[in-house]
Amino acid sequence: MNNIPNDVEKAAFDVGFEKDIEKASASYMHVDHSTVLSFLNSKYKDKLEILDICLALEKYDWLHEYYWSLVDKEKDEYTKDAQDISGGYFIRVFKGCKIDIPLQACLALSKSNTKQKVHNIIFLEEESEANIISGCSVCPDINESEHIGISEIFVKRKAKLNFTMIHNWSKTTKVRPRSVVLLEEDASFVSNYILMSHVKDLQMSPEAICKGDNCEAIFNNIIYGKGLSLIDIGSKIVLNGKNSNAQAISKVVASDNSKIFARGILEGNQDKIKAHLECRGIIVNDNASIHAIPELIGNRKDIKMSHEAAVGKIADKEITYLMSRGLSKDEAISLIIRGFLSVDLMHLPQRIKNSIDMLVSQLVESF
Amino acid sequence: MFCIENVSVKVDSKILLENISLSVEKKECNIIFGPNGSGKTSLIKAIMGIGSYQITKGRIILDKEDITKKQVDEKALLGIGIGFQQPIEIAGVNFKELLKICAKRDLTQEDEALIEKLNMQDHLQRDVNVNFSGGEKKRAEILQLLLMKPKVLILDEIDSGVDIESLALVGSVLNEYIQREKASCLIITHNGYILDYVKTKKACVLVNGEIHCYNKPKHIFKKIKKSGYNVCVHCEGKHK
Repeated sequence: MNNIPNDVEKAAFDVGFEKDIEKASASYMHVDHSTVLSFLNSKYKDKLEILDICLALEKYDWLHEYYWSLVDKEKDEYTKDAQDISGGYFIRVFKGCKIDIPLQACLALSKSNTKQKVHNIIFLEEESEANIISGCSVCPDINESEHIGISEIFVKRKAKLNFTMIHNWSKTTKVRPRSVVLLEEDASFVSNYILMSHVKDLQMSPEAICKGDNCEAIFNNIIYGKGLSLIDIGSKIVLNGKNSNAQAISKVVASDNSKIFARGILEGNQDKIKAHLECRGIIVNDNASIHAIPELIGNRKDIKMSHEAAVGKIADKEITYLMSRGLSKDEAISLIIRGFLSVDLMHLPQRIKNSIDMLVSQLVESF
Repeated sequence: MFCIENVSVKVDSKILLENISLSVEKKECNIIFGPNGSGKTSLIKAIMGIGSYQITKGRIILDKEDITKKQVDEKALLGIGIGFQQPIEIAGVNFKELLKICAKRDLTQEDEALIEKLNMQDHLQRDVNVNFSGGEKKRAEILQLLLMKPKVLILDEIDSGVDIESLALVGSVLNEYIQREKASCLIITHNGYILDYVKTKKACVLVNGEIHCYNKPKHIFKKIKKSGYNVCVHCEGKHK
């Protein structure tokens, strides 16, 4: 970490990157167009590997079969543009290995007028387990930057991946992640996504495909839109295996002049699947907007799929209840928003939870 | 001392209550009986200044201070503690955090003892009222109020939807608090269960937006059980 400039280090810290890399099982950092850190904690050398994707593609011929196998190269102008990447992480957790402390990755932008293009691949081999914290961040005072990130994640039989992504962008950043996750039988994937910063224009719709039977895929999104942010976020889960479960929960706050699209698509293609989609949105003022678009596609009769969406202001009854305990109206609203944005259910490491709680406190103080 | 003086209440243009007067001395607990829809909850909301319930006439006096026009939070800070009939669930807001807000400080050993007495220790890390049972919600209300240390407790249907054990617990801590803190207490009830657990001084009956009949709580309740609320309307003890 010694060769990393202070502003980048701060930007990484803001998205949960542990400065003391010995406290993570593996660490990766890519700044603008260069990989500046790829470190494997020696205690985990027999359990996992982490490499820059370009080196990994040179090292492993077999990896080429997986590269661009889940995300369609021709999907849109951004995937087409992401053929000449500058790096990205390759993470492989070996068969049966359970990684007890998180792996961490950070993709940062430090210069104005930069278009960063990265490609990440994660492999969780059979019966392995890991917790990955991936942060994307910008240094202060940079203008007109863009991030395109392709991520392909393979969760093999009986493997479990908990993947947390924290974004911290600026008023001038354009962001286009393109992610697909493939789950084999009895595999589990939990995605936690947190965005509480400004962003110029962000559009993403990560997709999980439950190929095997008895899979579980969960997406939890917590989004706070501010300023002029245009945010279009979806989650798609395709259930192709029997007895599989899906859950996509979005909690969205739109403040200032932000415009948020909260999409969700659940597709049930096999018997005895269960899927639930939920979007709860709070609109803080009349210039902000939330457009919730929940979709359920059922292609079998023996399935259970549901969705609920609620968008509006904070309930007056909740505010009054707290005021009757002595809080002012503003204090009551802050407390409710802080609770709404709580990450308690994401089971994040305490350090990351604390930094998100601090971020939320700053947001509601400016309310 | 807490007084309601000739209070009339309206919502939008509809008059709900007219010329309501009652008072509660320190260390006393009084009862308001009334059938469903008689205006009991409207009276509480108007006292506290909640929602669109407007006091069009009369005054609310707490220890000689006119608090009629104060906001909800101001009234709470001045010492009015209100226990809701249907406490609101607030997802994401931690119950223990709310208790600290009520106490205006970190919880002390004494507070912890009260929490245990009300059997709420397993609820501290849960969201406020979310998936609490009926009895748990009422015990949670009393706990919050006692930590606020109010001069006046106003409890709306504290005895409805509550198991006997919860009611006995609530009664016991209320009696102790009212005497120790020299507080005033006003309890609204339609089923009268609370009378077996809280020491009460006097009662009145609210029917069709008007107060009728001041007397001993158990005496009035006996009459209501025997002949219904209609008898109260023509009762010789009508308050004017």
